[in-house]
Amino acid sequence: MDLWFSEYHTDNVRLSIRVDKQLYSGQSEFQRIDVFSSPDFGRFLTLDGYMMLTEKDEFIYHEMITHVPLAVHPNVRTVLVIGAGDGGVARELLRYESVERIDLVEIDEQVVSVCKEFFPFAAASLDDPRVHLHFEDGMRFVRTVVDEYDLIIVDSTDPFGPGEGLFTKEFYGNCFKALHEDGIMVNQHESPFYKNDAIAVQRAHKRIVQSFSLSMVYQAHIPTYPSGHWLFGFSTKKYHPLKDFRGAEWKARNLKTRYYNTQLHVGAFALPNYVEDLLKDVEELQ
Amino acid sequence: MNRDLQARAPIMDALNEFLTMRVVPFDVPGHKRGKGNRELTDFLGARCLSLDVNSMKPLDNLGHPVSVIRDAEELAADAFGAGHAFFIVNGTTAAVQTMILFAVRRGDKIILPRNVHKSVINALILCGGVPVYVDTHVHDKLHIALGMRTEELKRVIAKNPDARAVLVNNPTYYGICSDLREIVRLAHENGMLALVDEAHGTHLYFGEDLPVCAMAAGADLAAVSMHKSGGSLTQSSFLLCGTGIDPEAVRQTINLTQTTSASYLLLSSLDISRKKLALEGVEIFRHVSEMASYARAEINRIGTYYAYSRELVDGVDICDFDATKLAVATAGTGLSGIEIYDLLRDEYDIQTEFGDTSNVLAYISVGDRRQEIERLVGALSEISRRFRRPAEELPAYPMPRAVVRASPQEAYYAGKVSLPVGDALGRICGEIVMSYPPGIPILAPGEEVTQETIDYIRFAKERGCSLGGTHDPTVANIQVLA
Repeated sequence: MDLWFSEYHTDNVRLSIRVDKQLYSGQSEFQRIDVFSSPDFGRFLTLDGYMMLTEKDEFIYHEMITHVPLAVHPNVRTVLVIGAGDGGVARELLRYESVERIDLVEIDEQVVSVCKEFFPFAAASLDDPRVHLHFEDGMRFVRTVVDEYDLIIVDSTDPFGPGEGLFTKEFYGNCFKALHEDGIMVNQHESPFYKNDAIAVQRAHKRIVQSFSLSMVYQAHIPTYPSGHWLFGFSTKKYHPLKDFRGAEWKARNLKTRYYNTQLHVGAFALPNYVEDLLKDVEELQ
Repeated sequence: MNRDLQARAPIMDALNEFLTMRVVPFDVPGHKRGKGNRELTDFLGARCLSLDVNSMKPLDNLGHPVSVIRDAEELAADAFGAGHAFFIVNGTTAAVQTMILFAVRRGDKIILPRNVHKSVINALILCGGVPVYVDTHVHDKLHIALGMRTEELKRVIAKNPDARAVLVNNPTYYGICSDLREIVRLAHENGMLALVDEAHGTHLYFGEDLPVCAMAAGADLAAVSMHKSGGSLTQSSFLLCGTGIDPEAVRQTINLTQTTSASYLLLSSLDISRKKLALEGVEIFRHVSEMASYARAEINRIGTYYAYSRELVDGVDICDFDATKLAVATAGTGLSGIEIYDLLRDEYDIQTEFGDTSNVLAYISVGDRRQEIERLVGALSEISRRFRRPAEELPAYPMPRAVVRASPQEAYYAGKVSLPVGDALGRICGEIVMSYPPGIPILAPGEEVTQETIDYIRFAKERGCSLGGTHDPTVANIQVLA
């Protein structure tokens, strides 16, 4: 049997993973949900055919979207997580004792139930009493919240389909309003490499800098995402991701991580020239 | 309505059949199924160009239909509960003009509310009819034009028993309905035709719990903009006839101004959209109503806006409200509707239908999803947070009363001079002066320039209303009869 999952990264480039078997397929109110098992990446989840996480490389994404802001903000107690129904972000956040409450807003309840069944290594975190699940549109949830959170993590899908609203200026503006005066927002920021993805990076960055006075971008290497080169946005009202970096404090926590470390924290903000140019192009329009 | 028959779409079927015949075109259009204009074909799509064909035997002829177009007309009539339905390809403007040209001869009177579409006035210029206005009141908080008061209509009918017809909007742009059944009854009781401009009312024929539609109210003719809430292509429309009207007489009037090269893109879009509404309309407009109602509730939660609905109904100026409309009063933000309209587009990439001094109107339809509603509400919330100013109460200002001194046709074709507005007192206006809001002409051709109208033009300018329709785009001068 020669069974492969393929995702087109452009019209002319695709990533294919040999599949051992399909474990789940379902259509929710919002999207098609599939779970496969594979020899090299273990189990993986796709939404509408787009790779969301694999057992093998999910740690990179989830560590980088959480430990970077947690090593900058001195006292993160309340966190809003948008998307992230797989539970990976919550799992990393729960490793910090200071975190008292995590509001996790996932539009698609079926994603959570599928992940609890097939990805317990991530989704078990969602049963923690500090995690409060809200099954609704993230945009709607954040609209009515004012001065409530130390940190907002936007773990969205791509800017088409149900995640589209999470790449808009009104959404980022609503997040700004929902943060405390020293709050931080970190968002999944797409890939700079292929043309259409790069346009999405620019659009998102342009809209974020209209709401936040300081917004920087950092990167990680995620093998199963298009081009493997992935970006995150770090938007902040007060703390600078490098000048206010509390590396020694973070080390003293003795958290065991497989990707993130304090040298990498600093290095991740050093971007390739072409990526800097992409970002500058839209900043100059402001 | 026969649901089995409604599943057919005769014009679409005929076009599909025609495509399989691979007919060699030695007729117009000259692009010859797109082969003669590659750039256009690439831009619009090969399928679109292959369907842009001329009238011919298998496809019938809109001017004198005998086969598939006639079948499609009969299906549309059945779907809308009309005696007959005409496919209109020159915009709802053509449907409105046909109603007037059919009903009114030179010198005949027609009774109208003041907030008619300009196509009505233009049709009177063409046919020489004389307008008799029922005063239209303006809501003192929302600054929108209200419905036609039945009591005032009775008074106007009593003074003008020789009028040929009564025309009414159902609903207005903002969703306001008059007592349509009573207006039709009064018209018929006095031997007048009841004409209804339903440019914003297609959905009334298919949805549940919506205001009554013209055909159900017994009206004689109705112009229905299928391309607005009905989902067909821009410029396509239906003209509906009640059972008491001779459709072939109406067709002769249509053919006075209708193109002899009707677009099959437009015709098939009407046919397909009629089928969809007939089969799925109840569900579609339930969904649209739910989205509008959800959006209103969420927008009202923001606290600075007022998204209004059926609570406005007072039985006099507002006899019903079309709850699929999403009109939002913006005074509480301290911003005008025009400013909000611009901010939505420039800052948030959201295009709304219309902004006036006090309202912004978002069109919700079969094509919308919950995600887009969330974006609209989120952006309104952000605009209120970022741009809010202290709210100021705008004073209400009554519309000036129209004093008709000449027919629009006489005034349009008369010799004219241009005068500063302030110097035109007592003269007869030769052009239309529109103001948004409230979307009512301040002056129409043939009307006397009174002190009231001069004051209103000044006031509308000060308030930032959008004025237009005049030869002088700044409306500093107006054209009056020499």
